Amino acid sequence: MRLSSLLGASVLLLGACGSADSAGVEQPATETTQESSGTTAVSPGPDNSGEGVTLTLVTHDSFAVSDGVFEAFTRETGIGVEVVSAGDAGEVVARAILSAGKPEGDVLFGVDNTFLQRALDADIFEVYRSEFLASIPDELELDQEWRALPIDYGDVCVNYILEGGLAPTSLDQLATPDFASQFVTMNPESSSPGFAFLLATIATYGEDGWQDYWRKLTNGGVTITAGWSEAYFGEFVQGGGDKTIVTSYATSPVAEVLFADPAVATSPTGVLTEGCFRQIEFAGILKGTEHPFEAEKLLDFMLDETFQADIPLNMFVFPANSEVELPTEFTDHAVQVDSPLFLDPAEIEANRSRWTEEWTEIVLR
Amino acid sequence: MDRDRPALIMSGRKYLVSNFSIVVPIVFLGVMVLWPLGAVLQRSLSGVGVQRVVEIATRSSTRGILWFTFWQAALSTLLTLLIGLPIAHILARYRFVGRSMIRSIAVVPFVLPTVVVAAAFGSLFERTGVAGQRTVWAILGAHVFFNVAVVVRIVGGYWQGLDRSLEDAASVLGARPTQAFLRITLPRLVGVILGSGLLVFLFSFTSFGVILILGGPRRATLETEIYRYAISRLEFDVAAVLALIQLVIVVVLAMVSARFQRSYARGEGSRAKPRLLAVTGLRRRLHLGLVLGLTLVVIGLPLGSLIDRSLQVGDGYGLDNYSNLTEPVGLLPTSAIRALGISLEFAFVAACIAGLVGLAAAVGIVRGGRLGRVVEAASLVPLGVSAVTLGLGYLLAFTVMDFRRSIWLVPLAHEVMGLPFVLAAVVPALRSVDSRLRDAASALGASPTRIVATVEWPLIRKPLMTGAGFAAAISMGEFGATSFVSRGKDSFTAPLAIFRLLSQPGDLLRGQAIALSVVVGVIVAGIAATLERQRDGVTLL
Repeated sequence: MRLSSLLGASVLLLGACGSADSAGVEQPATETTQESSGTTAVSPGPDNSGEGVTLTLVTHDSFAVSDGVFEAFTRETGIGVEVVSAGDAGEVVARAILSAGKPEGDVLFGVDNTFLQRALDADIFEVYRSEFLASIPDELELDQEWRALPIDYGDVCVNYILEGGLAPTSLDQLATPDFASQFVTMNPESSSPGFAFLLATIATYGEDGWQDYWRKLTNGGVTITAGWSEAYFGEFVQGGGDKTIVTSYATSPVAEVLFADPAVATSPTGVLTEGCFRQIEFAGILKGTEHPFEAEKLLDFMLDETFQADIPLNMFVFPANSEVELPTEFTDHAVQVDSPLFLDPAEIEANRSRWTEEWTEIVLR
Repeated sequence: MDRDRPALIMSGRKYLVSNFSIVVPIVFLGVMVLWPLGAVLQRSLSGVGVQRVVEIATRSSTRGILWFTFWQAALSTLLTLLIGLPIAHILARYRFVGRSMIRSIAVVPFVLPTVVVAAAFGSLFERTGVAGQRTVWAILGAHVFFNVAVVVRIVGGYWQGLDRSLEDAASVLGARPTQAFLRITLPRLVGVILGSGLLVFLFSFTSFGVILILGGPRRATLETEIYRYAISRLEFDVAAVLALIQLVIVVVLAMVSARFQRSYARGEGSRAKPRLLAVTGLRRRLHLGLVLGLTLVVIGLPLGSLIDRSLQVGDGYGLDNYSNLTEPVGLLPTSAIRALGISLEFAFVAACIAGLVGLAAAVGIVRGGRLGRVVEAASLVPLGVSAVTLGLGYLLAFTVMDFRRSIWLVPLAHEVMGLPFVLAAVVPALRSVDSRLRDAASALGASPTRIVATVEWPLIRKPLMTGAGFAAAISMGEFGATSFVSRGKDSFTAPLAIFRLLSQPGDLLRGQAIALSVVVGVIVAGIAATLERQRDGVTLL
């Protein structure tokens, strides 16, 4: 084929692309161009006398923030913020470790206590002892060297349907056949709440006792799914399945009310407040950033009230800053867990593979 | 063979062109596939001894994973062909009401999010085994559902363009229909069946969501294990060795398939405007009825249940889930409808680039000798290696000019996945062009441009559109690689929105997620129909 003919064919193909565009896909495409003004990517405006730096905040895909929050930061400091969210928390940490030294951004948010040690071991964070840590409860500050600063926390708890199902009152009871056969939870290897629930059983029954607990659950007929969505929307009655008990969060009832259709006054689901594992999410300045000073300001902002108050209804977790007032939806429908379970991040990291492998042997043999 | 050593025989200009058509895809695949793959393998294996690599590759667990990955993909492909070919046949040969609609709708399963489809399939395949794990049939069923479009559309499109006069002649000479099919039609279809079968195999070979959601953790494949070792366990060396195994298998398969396809390629002469058979007589009616019934079960029922769920509002039915799509939801960085717009833009870009690069690559493959084979094999690599491997590769390779942060990365990543579909559709058509026709036209004084316009273009235009339609479909539905390279709200596509909507409790979110899936499906069917509609009246010049 000659060059001229190839070019001819290419031109025609372009023409075809053009005509297909105008014929079938025009309308939504124009809609998108109308709305191009940003919510999460905020560049410093020309009237700002700030540095003109735009920071990149690397985070997981569950990150959400209201319109105007980062704009407030930009107005205050002249520093823009671009949010780059990709993958779940595990992926974010793996990417940060693999690209250590040539980071994708300046600040990373979304490492939780189950991955904290892994991030610290890989030495991806700069030390920054923010003065705003004064408003953060000490028990959330797991990193004593202030590389990873706590931003929010939440509890992974067993949820159940209030009407038409049994309400478990303890982890022990959950493992009896009547309850276990109604219980759906997730594979700890592929699901973050699934792993948290496994950690809850390890924290409760100890290094030598949790295996027996899972044998009971398995013999009782527990159902395992790959992820939370398949459990909640596929197997749990609220999503159309037939199981009445599911591993979820202490804040899930808030979403049940907020996103109910038709509207409801109270959540149709309840929370077992025993055996809840606490997840704390951290942020840190990525080593290799060209803007460490601006990154510190962003961390300050994320610990301060404006950002902290915006967290609950966007990410359905509790703000780390104890001075922030919770929205009424939270005070009304979220369940306060009085004695959440913890495990040392170093212990989690050291045993993660062994625990999940043992779990697989016991449950999916 | 002379074909493989063109330099001496070709005129200078011709040589340049055959090189030009090969240079474009080589540069593209080099930058978008080989470079990132090289980067991630080098980073993961640097300082790892050969002994360790051999140890990982020969572990009994690796062998087990490899075996399961292989046989489930092979069986999925076989089943997909078994179900797809009869459907392709009736669409290619019979005239009946709803024919073009079925052809358009067939592409829909291809773009539906795994999480959403798994819910539909979950109810078909009850949880029975240990801890509620499903049987392997759930995996196979889902693979057939997702991939049957590849066979139906690519084989069907080619089949429809086949000149029927040979079969007619055979029938006049007393051959029974089965005889005529086996001796005359099938040999001419082998190339395109192999090509589309290979695509189905690669999709099943690297399927992630289906295995994870329907298969359960005991049914690990290379793809799920690469993810597990790279992301959950940070054992990058193990992940890299598994990725290498994946890569070798893909390249070998691509080369074997290409060899077969070449040896089966033959000139087809001119293609008359396809004549579709009227459905008359009990035999034909029965045949059509059976295959339509099969289509209904495989494609219609799951889609129907999905539409049904999208219309459920509270205790009744309504369009609320659809109208809610324009409302902002706090969980999403942008509204669902804007995500849809972004997906459309990406799909458009991906389809156009895949079409153009694919056209150049197809010419290069058919005429380009050894380099053509390299392109043919390399083009399949993005489908055959895992999204994690490529995604981490982009992360490491594209630090130059910070390309890893460009939103162009998303449509370009989609484009390299769409390219094999353009090739699977166009290459067999281009190979089937009878060289005597070209020579005759040339002898009669037609300019090269005119030859392309009158001889080659009519034969490859429709396959090109089918391929571009697939590229658009991939872009609209792709989740794995997108979730890895997406850069936030400006590259927040519809599949990401669906996934995110299903990340919190609430009927409102679930309803929107399912409605959005249906909308994506309808749009993709529309794109496929539009791209293929203007069949008559469009000429090259």
